[in-house]
Amino acid sequence: MRHLLSAADLSLAETTRVLDLAEEMAQVQARPVKKLPALRGRTVVNLFFEDSTRTRSSFELAGKWLSADVINVSAKGSSVSKGESLRDTVLTVASMGVDALVIRHHASGAPGQVVGWFEASGIDAHVLNAGDGTHEHPTQALLDAFTLRRHFRRTEPDRDTFDGLVVAVVGDVTHSRVARSNVALLRTLGAEVVLVAPPTLMPSGVGSWPVATSTDLDEVLPEADAVMMLRVQRERMSGGYFPTPREYTVGYGLTRDRLARLRPGAAICHPGPMNRGLEISADAADAAGSLILEQVAAGVAVRMSVLYQLLGGEDLPTNRGDH
Amino acid sequence: MAETGTAASRLVMDADQIARACARMAHQVLEANRGAAGLVVLGIPTRGVALAERLAAAMTEVEGVPIPVGSLDITLYRDDLRRHPTRAVGRSRLPAGVDDAVVVLVDDVLFSGRTVRAALDALGDLGRPRAVRLAVLVDRGHRELPVRADHVGKNLPTRSDERVSVRLAEVDGVNEVTITAGPGESGDEPGRAS
Repeated sequence: MRHLLSAADLSLAETTRVLDLAEEMAQVQARPVKKLPALRGRTVVNLFFEDSTRTRSSFELAGKWLSADVINVSAKGSSVSKGESLRDTVLTVASMGVDALVIRHHASGAPGQVVGWFEASGIDAHVLNAGDGTHEHPTQALLDAFTLRRHFRRTEPDRDTFDGLVVAVVGDVTHSRVARSNVALLRTLGAEVVLVAPPTLMPSGVGSWPVATSTDLDEVLPEADAVMMLRVQRERMSGGYFPTPREYTVGYGLTRDRLARLRPGAAICHPGPMNRGLEISADAADAAGSLILEQVAAGVAVRMSVLYQLLGGEDLPTNRGDH
Repeated sequence: MAETGTAASRLVMDADQIARACARMAHQVLEANRGAAGLVVLGIPTRGVALAERLAAAMTEVEGVPIPVGSLDITLYRDDLRRHPTRAVGRSRLPAGVDDAVVVLVDDVLFSGRTVRAALDALGDLGRPRAVRLAVLVDRGHRELPVRADHVGKNLPTRSDERVSVRLAEVDGVNEVTITAGPGESGDEPGRAS
């Protein structure tokens, strides 16, 4: 693994390796000394062109707990606000001799574009996609998978894949990079995925995705082993996707009434930040089956695992397909 | 048992000899510690874990009390991570806290001492043991760091280019220690020899 741009690039074996190592990394979180020397001397730059709390801080902690030097560059307060282009910014940062660039950008495909520029310029730095537009957010999908695997292992300790499980992904699928990455990774792990959204928030090309779709949440809920609620991304909407927030909640919110329709033991996930009262009720967010806080806790362990997989070995600038 | 050694490799310990060495080391650990109080036995993956479990079982039989046994993976503490493709990380399972315990580290082969150095660093991040002891099935010499074992199953003089392979039933389906001559190009996966 040289870069992490898309959850779709991960094989089942690679996914399992990341999740297994994240279990070991999670133990470090519980120790008095939360520090491993594995990435000593490595430098990781978090380059965030969009606001983020949990992703940026968990990437920062992950790098630091592995002893890498981590610096954060956000668009606000950097030369980006003076009009510097993405290309100039990343090449400037990379030419300081960094080992990895963690990028969040509002444009879909930006991290992939950065890899292209690096290759053209002979720069060896690894690139990690921390969310690009409405495209992908692969580490979110990995931490969701990690949290779900732990949940399912409580009743089935030997479960390694999600074969035979149904996961409903509910809400604003069109604008959700979390949904795209989760569809890819959940399918790799063997789960059946059902996307549930109003027609206006279902992506136009969804017919070619390896998923089932529905517009009726009440019909899907009793079938689901896990429900992933997506955030309604009002900042990406220009209006007209649904009449009123109230109507969205009535049709697609995980309300108190809908909790009763869930299977016993079904998991509730939300990538955060939550719009409480819109896509998820307070009762659902705080219900016994809610894994939302576990998802946040898993973020650091999973990102430690990913950073080690990418940066933990010798530098192989030419060996692109190496695992 | 001699038929398990090939032309290039020589059998140096068979199953009986390994069993006797483990039994003797178990008694030595208990004698040095004046009993089982405070002992925590930690094996270094992969084969050190199997040996640790054997030692702990033997000590439990002698003392009549369960001895906490677990594993301590040292991959993330190695000093040669950047010389190899990304290494797989094994499992660490601590059966008890290491603060004020007498930790017995167990590995199959003591060679350069670098694995033990890494294990001491890993232990230091987990707590502050009262003492750390080292038990190895085979000490083959050629130390690169000032490390020595407290309990040794067999001292085995080797040339530095020879390979010592420990195979244990729990991992490999057979109990034997073999030594392979020459710059190692043996087809077998050897036990960790560092």
